[in-house]
Amino acid sequence: MSIVTKVLMTGNAAIGEAAIRAGCQCYFGYPITPQNELTEHMAANLSRRKGCAFVQAESEIAAINMVYGASLAGVRVMTSSSSPGISLKQEGISYLAACELPAVIVNMSRGGPGLGSISASQSDYFQATRGGGHGDYRTPVLAPSSVQELADLTHRAFDLADKYLTPVLILGDGILGQMMEPVEFRHEAPEVPPVRSNALRGAKGRPSRIVKTFTSNPSTLEELNWSLFRRYQVIKQAEVTYDTFMVDDARLVVVAFGIAARIAKGAVKTARIEGLKVGLLRPVTLWPFPAAKIRKLAEDVKQFLVFEMNMGQMLEDVQLALEGSAEVSFYGRTGGVIPTPSEVLRVIARLYHQKGLHR
Amino acid sequence: MKKIYSRPKSLKKTAFHYCPGCGHSIIHRIMTELIDEMDLQDKIIGIPPPGCSVFAYNYFDIDMAESAHGRGAAVATGMKRAYPEGIIFTYQGDGDLAAIGTAETVHAANRGENITVIFVNNAVYGMTGGQMAPTTLVGQKTTTTPYGRDERMEGNALRISEMLALVKGVAYIERVAVNSPTNIRKAKKAIRKAFQAQIDGLGFSMVEVLSPCPTNWRMDEPEAWQWVSDVMAKEFPLGVLKDVTGESHAS
Repeated sequence: MSIVTKVLMTGNAAIGEAAIRAGCQCYFGYPITPQNELTEHMAANLSRRKGCAFVQAESEIAAINMVYGASLAGVRVMTSSSSPGISLKQEGISYLAACELPAVIVNMSRGGPGLGSISASQSDYFQATRGGGHGDYRTPVLAPSSVQELADLTHRAFDLADKYLTPVLILGDGILGQMMEPVEFRHEAPEVPPVRSNALRGAKGRPSRIVKTFTSNPSTLEELNWSLFRRYQVIKQAEVTYDTFMVDDARLVVVAFGIAARIAKGAVKTARIEGLKVGLLRPVTLWPFPAAKIRKLAEDVKQFLVFEMNMGQMLEDVQLALEGSAEVSFYGRTGGVIPTPSEVLRVIARLYHQKGLHR
Repeated sequence: MKKIYSRPKSLKKTAFHYCPGCGHSIIHRIMTELIDEMDLQDKIIGIPPPGCSVFAYNYFDIDMAESAHGRGAAVATGMKRAYPEGIIFTYQGDGDLAAIGTAETVHAANRGENITVIFVNNAVYGMTGGQMAPTTLVGQKTTTTPYGRDERMEGNALRISEMLALVKGVAYIERVAVNSPTNIRKAKKAIRKAFQAQIDGLGFSMVEVLSPCPTNWRMDEPEAWQWVSDVMAKEFPLGVLKDVTGESHAS
């Protein structure tokens, strides 16, 4: 039985609300723009719930290590930050991945490198999809493009984390986090939040357990890496998600994720009105990446345009997916610059005509 | 014949890998005795650090999880907040707690996190081969202070327990040593009190243990044990630094 409530909310607050309804029991955060509404939502709402905990940590490093501790104790746990803070969290994310501990980490990314800007950016794609910290590991990465999807994917992130015993990243940006849209919550928070069966809660009625990766025997660690990557193969088979728009007869397909896909969709709609056969592919999971779908599209489409709010990061995954079977162009704005749909439309129209797709 | 001394139930039958004369094995021994005596084996969770004592989980027969370097107090915070019924302790060296993990330690103390920290101070980085620690004494030779620690360049030995004693959220801090039978008995009493403070929900408790490291101090065992009293304890005086546990728990 679930209660559907439709409310107007910022993306950041919607993630917090969705997390609470997904049974998130602990949240550890540290202030950084543009994700503060999420921390504040948890301070106001999670801290008052029975058996739940909110801590404003002394740093992002402390926050992710608190996440590690709470995950060891078997509860659903979340932290959030923005680009510079996510860099600091990489140590802890590596440990979570290594020790096979579920957690949800939200990056409402902003312009970089360095302190950068507080405006929306997508330049953390490599960091998010290549593991991000030290060692051989991957984390599932979900890329929402609306406030509703932020809420839905937050729920999915907790489920994926528990199913595959892995940290899961939600990669948003400053626009998604701070804009307000109507959002429906389809779940009610559980009365008693779930506790994982392999929680570390004292050796009661069972032998004592150790959670660790450190070993003086490299082949033990090699086997851990193999076991992680066998699981990643399963994730790649089962969890790829994407969205398509008007690709059936398209001669040019734009590939974009998150807020950039939303901007691109506006451009594609206008292009269609102008008679250009353009479609849009939006990866929802950035890792695992919808490589097979892109290869499939390339049977009919010979021209792709990757549009990102960075200098060309997902571009490499599209190139790897195509293996040279179609041409790929790139358009990117970075540093927190937010292009308009008409700007993207100009790029689409120019490319469309340059490549003779109108003939 | 009455058996008066045996292996604690919560100490695994594994030979210690620690060097001869090292304090870790003694600290492990008295802690596992306490875990038995206080009946904690089924509810206690330990968080050992990177460093020589990373292998603590090979000896303690209790639930344990490794921590990133210095993050013990943050990991313990998350664990305790998620599972308040658990008895959570971190086991940390001086580099771990007083250098890379200073922030996590100070802020866990300031929040009054209801956890116990066992802070093993041997004035040197042990596992990495004897480099300068924040607690290295002025004039002490290490591999990164080959001419002796110079306070003008490298600062002074950092007295963490004195610093934390000023923090309101702290329930109990005592500095002990494990270099003589008398001191070992006092150390055990202090750790019992720290665990009890947590059981009673009084807040942050910490026991700093001055611990000999003959290998990295380049001394033989008796010399190292003597150095703890003669030199180290002059910079780091033994005794209670903060105690709000009240008369009922003092014994």
